[in-house]
Amino acid sequence: MARMTMIEAIRDAQDVAMSRDEKVVVFGQDVGYFGGVFRCTKGLQEKYGLQRCFDTPINESGIVGAAVGMGAYGLRPCVEIQFADYMYPAFDQIVSEAARLRHRSNKDFTAPLTIRMPTGGGIYGGQTHSQSPEALFAHVSGLKTMIPSNPYDAKGMLIAAIEDDDPVVFLEPKRLYNGPFDGYHEKAVTPWSKHELGEVPEGHYTVPVGKAAIRRPGEAVTILAYGTMVHVALAAAEETGIDAEVVDLRSIVPLDMETIEASVRKTGRCVVVHEATLTAGFGAELVALISQHCFWHLQAPPIRVTGYDTPYPHAHEWEYFPGPVRVGAALKTVMEAS
Amino acid sequence: MGSSDPAATDILRQLPRVESRSGCLRQGRHRHAAGHEQSGLHMATNRIFSLHVPEPECRPGDTPDFSKFEVPVAGEVVRPPVDVDAEDIHDHAYDIIRVLDDDGKAVGPWAEGLEDDEALKGLRDMMTVRSFDSRMLMAQRQGKTSFYMQALGEEAVSCAFQAALSPGDMNFPTYRQQGLLVTSGYPMLDMMNQIYSNSADPLHGRQLPIMYSSKEHGFFSISGNLGTQFIQAVGWAMASAINGDSKIAAGWIGDGATAESDFHSALVFASTFRAPCILNIVNNQWAISTFQGIARGRAATFASRGLGFGIPSLRVDGNDFYAVYAVAKWAAERAHLGHGATLIEHVTYRAGPHSTSDDPSGYRPKTEAADWPLGDPIARLKQHCIARGIWSEERHEQAQAEIDSEVIRTQKEAEKNGTLHDGPRASPRDMFEDVFKELPPHLKRQRQEAGI
Repeated sequence: MARMTMIEAIRDAQDVAMSRDEKVVVFGQDVGYFGGVFRCTKGLQEKYGLQRCFDTPINESGIVGAAVGMGAYGLRPCVEIQFADYMYPAFDQIVSEAARLRHRSNKDFTAPLTIRMPTGGGIYGGQTHSQSPEALFAHVSGLKTMIPSNPYDAKGMLIAAIEDDDPVVFLEPKRLYNGPFDGYHEKAVTPWSKHELGEVPEGHYTVPVGKAAIRRPGEAVTILAYGTMVHVALAAAEETGIDAEVVDLRSIVPLDMETIEASVRKTGRCVVVHEATLTAGFGAELVALISQHCFWHLQAPPIRVTGYDTPYPHAHEWEYFPGPVRVGAALKTVMEAS
Repeated sequence: MGSSDPAATDILRQLPRVESRSGCLRQGRHRHAAGHEQSGLHMATNRIFSLHVPEPECRPGDTPDFSKFEVPVAGEVVRPPVDVDAEDIHDHAYDIIRVLDDDGKAVGPWAEGLEDDEALKGLRDMMTVRSFDSRMLMAQRQGKTSFYMQALGEEAVSCAFQAALSPGDMNFPTYRQQGLLVTSGYPMLDMMNQIYSNSADPLHGRQLPIMYSSKEHGFFSISGNLGTQFIQAVGWAMASAINGDSKIAAGWIGDGATAESDFHSALVFASTFRAPCILNIVNNQWAISTFQGIARGRAATFASRGLGFGIPSLRVDGNDFYAVYAVAKWAAERAHLGHGATLIEHVTYRAGPHSTSDDPSGYRPKTEAADWPLGDPIARLKQHCIARGIWSEERHEQAQAEIDSEVIRTQKEAEKNGTLHDGPRASPRDMFEDVFKELPPHLKRQRQEAGI
């Protein structure tokens, strides 16, 4: 075991995957010599050489399109889009190509890619360094979409993603790179070394794809969250004293409905929390599924606490970001409803 | 364009910058002159703008006239060494490499390398593609399938190109390179089964007709999204290089689709990583109803776009089987020797409608295809084979009859497996398969709910 930040865990996952399988290649903008703008690929080029880890032109469609071609050849590319906000030029390649290749060719060709992209806000990133576009991926048949919330999961999930034969969009909440974050920005950041999930096994292990984790067992209400919002939800439960069960979804496609249903049927109440904008966000899918599958167990309407339906602002970071106060208020609301 | 006359070469160099390469005889219509008259009052200080929108010279009702399209003399373009630098063959991006002359003789430095049996196979492959196209067009008209796209007039481009590849090389085709499959020996029956979406469809009824896929035959799964496969071809070639392999990839794109972003992505990646690939642009002059000038094929040749990336770029007579074969061989050898990518513009003409949903008489003169100066690829190779003494009119007729009857026989066999609306087809249950490697819980649930 070693103490790692999420950055180190992600770097270690790629190192492990590359050392075990020479078909794993890593590339993207600034990921080679420099080791990535977030240091997530630091040292990989030095260790594995230019053939396995390299810089590319600034062209997201090119990065993902080349990866699709490499996957068709038989390699296993793990590519990086510098910010999730910049994945849009690659959207055609992700949606029309990577996601559909297996189906449209009757598995003649496949796209075993992992597309890593730092996501989420809470860092004064403004409009184009803060977005959470997971709903856009979840809507696409043929893609798996994962979002870790801690170093242990980040490593195990990323190794699982790279080894997975389906294309995976791997969203990394950059606010969590150096330490857990509960939404209280005035407080000093606690490093991952002080957190139990900053304990990361050395070598190879995986976190199974499509399995949620219960971060805080509770009886009163279920909070469905992923990424940074897991830590915000935990803080909100703590502050309000409401015995919330915090479910970290980890993977939104495939979704662990078994864990979700069991929790909501038990508590009878549910709050869905995500950073992404509200309308047609992934929370809408969660609320729809809960309404359909847990209707007779519900004691209150499910509530969503999310980013507002606006572009991500700069100056109004903390009014926009769904912090523990807003989540706490929602918890009280669902508890008051009868 | 290969003329040895320096004055002529100068004129030809300028050609791509001239808007009107092919004129036509207009009947009772005047071209709008971009608002020059109105600008007189304001002169240089305060010009009134007028948007420039390129228009083809000929529209329905006009008489096509390609007299301004100067057909380059066959055999005159130099064949450079395969390790040549792009900057040393700039002219090749503006010339047109041609091998077959007006008498059907193979002439010049690109003429070597096609044995008798290869020439005859090429002829047969092209005839097969045309016969197949015509039969499938009819099948669509008869309601046996929903959709079809012919490659009429472009048969040499794909058939000759495939003949130059080696087993294991991978094409990333568009929907108009069925000749690659025919030449590689992919069963015609499987093509028809796919077109009919029947019970033997290799793609289980999931794909629109003609969007074939065959890894075994070096034919990457066709996508409806234009341009995407161009950069994927480069990625495949990069993978071959990373893996220390010796296989090459070939990307394909049409003139219209060069305007897509992925065209640019492919060129920059191919250049940066010196990917062992051949990037083919099939310039058939038309993107559905849009003439190639809208994609700026007249501001500069499509081939010339490779020069800005340092990629050796050549133009070839796409209706000259011999020339396409020779240029493809050259580019393949170049890739095999580690010199990287080559860009090839195949100059041809889309003789048929864009698809079975298209009627070209709505946007271009009806007889324009017949007037295309580079002629018909089958007629030209046939003439060559006859001139070479290995073919005759009688043998041609006989071969045509054999091919047609083989296509009809295969069609009957395919129809036993069903057509789009009649007979057996893939189980609807199958549509849930292969979305992912394993069926996830939500798809299991949906399949149960569908009751299939």
